[in-house]
Amino acid sequence: MELARTKTAAIQTSGIASWFLSARRGGLLALALLLAVLPLLFPNNFYYDVATKTALNAIVCIGLNLLIGYAGQISLGHAGFFALGAYASAILTSHYKWPGLLAMLAGALMVALLAFIVARPILRLKGHYLAMATLGLGIIIAIVINREIPMTGGPDGMNVPALWVGPWRLTGAVTWYWVSAGALLLAVWLSLNLVESPIGRALRALHGSEVAAETTGVDTTRYKVLVFVVSAVFASIAGSLFAHADRFVTPVEAGFLRSIEFVTMVVLGGMASTFGSVVGAAILTVLPQVLAAAHDYKHMALGVIMIGVMIFMPRGLVPTLAAFWRRRGSS
Amino acid sequence: MSGFLQFLFSGITVGAIYALVGLGFAIIYNASHVINFAQGEFVMLGGMGTVFLMFAGLPMIVAAPLAICLVVLVGLLLEKFAVEPARNATVVTLIIITIGASILIRGIVEVTFGKDFYRLPAFTGESAIMIGGAALQPQSLWILGVLAIVVAALRWFFQRTKLGKAILATSYNPLAAQLVGIETRTILLVSFGLSAALGALAGILTAPITLTRYDIGIMLGLKGFAAAILGGLGSSYGAVAGGLLLGVIEAMSAGYISSAYKDAVAFVIILGVLFFMPRGLFGAQRTERV
Amino acid sequence: MSLLEVHALTKAFGGVHAVADLTFTVEPGRVHSIIGPNGAGKTTLFNLITGLYTPTAGRIVLDGEEITALPTAARAAKGIGRTFQNLQIFFNMRAIENVMVGRHLHAPRALLSSMLQLPVIRRANRDAYDRAAELMRRVGLAAFLDSDADAMPYGALKRLEIARALAAEPKVLLLDEPAAGLNPKETQEIDDLIKSIAAMGTTVVLVEHNMKLVMGVSDHILVLDYGRRLAEGTAADVRNNPDVIRAYLGAAAALPR
Repeated sequence: MELARTKTAAIQTSGIASWFLSARRGGLLALALLLAVLPLLFPNNFYYDVATKTALNAIVCIGLNLLIGYAGQISLGHAGFFALGAYASAILTSHYKWPGLLAMLAGALMVALLAFIVARPILRLKGHYLAMATLGLGIIIAIVINREIPMTGGPDGMNVPALWVGPWRLTGAVTWYWVSAGALLLAVWLSLNLVESPIGRALRALHGSEVAAETTGVDTTRYKVLVFVVSAVFASIAGSLFAHADRFVTPVEAGFLRSIEFVTMVVLGGMASTFGSVVGAAILTVLPQVLAAAHDYKHMALGVIMIGVMIFMPRGLVPTLAAFWRRRGSS
Repeated sequence: MSGFLQFLFSGITVGAIYALVGLGFAIIYNASHVINFAQGEFVMLGGMGTVFLMFAGLPMIVAAPLAICLVVLVGLLLEKFAVEPARNATVVTLIIITIGASILIRGIVEVTFGKDFYRLPAFTGESAIMIGGAALQPQSLWILGVLAIVVAALRWFFQRTKLGKAILATSYNPLAAQLVGIETRTILLVSFGLSAALGALAGILTAPITLTRYDIGIMLGLKGFAAAILGGLGSSYGAVAGGLLLGVIEAMSAGYISSAYKDAVAFVIILGVLFFMPRGLFGAQRTERV
Repeated sequence: MSLLEVHALTKAFGGVHAVADLTFTVEPGRVHSIIGPNGAGKTTLFNLITGLYTPTAGRIVLDGEEITALPTAARAAKGIGRTFQNLQIFFNMRAIENVMVGRHLHAPRALLSSMLQLPVIRRANRDAYDRAAELMRRVGLAAFLDSDADAMPYGALKRLEIARALAAEPKVLLLDEPAAGLNPKETQEIDDLIKSIAAMGTTVVLVEHNMKLVMGVSDHILVLDYGRRLAEGTAADVRNNPDVIRAYLGAAAALPR
């Protein structure tokens, strides 16, 4: 009780904006500390590798979370954007000798354009047509990558040159851990910023009541398209980084199952929660590695998780835990 | 000319399978506005189920109907334990649940039966009938025949039986249907059971031609879904028309344009329909109601 | 010049004419009320004015500008604000954030600056918060500054919607049954609130069933019946109109002057 009153007083004197931010900034700081300290637990390169994959998956999920958790739309083809980023980097640096960063940028722009072209007409419709459209798009991308063998290496995949940043050649599991950790922190920061802004509030309003949002002046179609494009770009950049980190890329990264994995990570960790997406990505990237012996059961486990979480914890882990925490604190 | 006929035959054959799968989607969607992404797994279970019942010693004439019954049971379990608890959840939630169910079912089959391909014998042999220089498999005639019977039977069911009319009523206006005493939970169960039966039937019909495996449900399910969208998600007959049309377009594209991109056709059609006629060919016009 | 004009507005749902050939004007700075039995087309009219429905025929003009073809968000930008009969609160947000969304039209909305939390955005967040807090106090919700929207009582939520609509600084505020479900004390508070809103220069258009509130607060009343205009005028005019008395006021005809 006393704590609540003190908090209220603090809010009224300093303005809630800074208080809001500090709770989330705290999370960002905690994540940074965690990422800095984690390598102390890594006995060999494999761990760095898994951590890198986790961070890159998390980046995709952070973007996807903006779409699912805030705009209330679903994408069943986000792996397509991830793969497009990966293959853009792979092809442009390998076949055409482009500098890595430029290739990544080109991939992101191409993906942004594609996302915009697809989303604009679809999101004007009421209903869940975006789910169907992204389903179709993701699979088409996967099929194209599989078939265009001279360009992409087909089902066997293709090698990817290392990424150069200025004078530095980025190779090695340890280097890539730090690169992806940094990228993850950047993604979290950008996402948190977006949520705590007029656009972010408009997105949450859109999710809360589309009708009321419109009458308050929020052009809901425009924001849905915007957040879809942003989420696609996040996926593309994560894909590009993945390609350079692994030095290899296959069409599996574009598959329907991969898209579902991303959605499950967001849903498991918590929709409308940036940190939830990180948690979800962490759990679903690390768990299969831990249960390597039970690899065969991976799909069963994934299916059970999806159903169970949606029925019992529809808001996902982090928001459910946060609400539980708050209720305990106020009683 | 024989080339064209050949493509047409194979197109209609596979199109009839898509039609059956699409019908399954349409029936569940009509009753509940749920897009059941596990529909493809019903197809897979029909074929795989029959295969393993036959391995267990049963003749096909017994194994097939028994497999269908088992798949109907799976469909009812799916509705009862995965969909029913989330009745009032958002569409996003329900989509994720049905996808989760499909992954689960596929996972169980993968672990239990492995990743091999299996084959069912064709119902009446494999000697092709030659028409105009093109070969028509007897199995194709079975598939088309069964589709025609199914469509006629469904028509009778929806228009002449009390249960069928109740399902239709629920699809037009669930609240009103409840108010006149129609138990929507029963309707949902029946829809899932019916769709499961249709899916299983499709799986058994197609296994002699396309083989069956733990993961054939994915593509068949998605293409059946494309058929339903093409026809217009609210329309059962639309799904049938959509399926047949999709099959033919797919076969023609493979034959005349490029066989490498055959699988992409269905998904290009999804995008095309959503861009240019989101209601599909036969979808109902809905007035905007706030 | 009238602030809002509606010309021959018609909305048909199949064969049912929810609004039929309706023409009226709203003068600036006044409180206008629209009354009539359920089904008279009042909420449909609001939906038409805010752009949630497309008219079958007719025109809508705001401040001399034709807005009939504009989408909802654009009309909000032109100065139409609205509350809902069945609350449309953003339950996924805090109470104060609901009101902050009302500031959307006046806030910087560039993607890049938002993602980078540039100073302009930080300032906008603070301003939105301060403005929202001020509005919440004004409508009597100071006790809920720190609340979640889903933890507030019904009466408070009705006022929260009003605060949200006011945050956009609308030229005309459409209130759809603001007193529905409120007890007499709460209704009096709404009465006072509406008067204070009008006193600050915002034009108010009110749809209400509570006759005492309507008669007490309105400068002008429009009576609808089956989507058509039945009568209009001051409270006294309407109260004495035999058609209106016969059709609607019934027992309320004995209201004190």
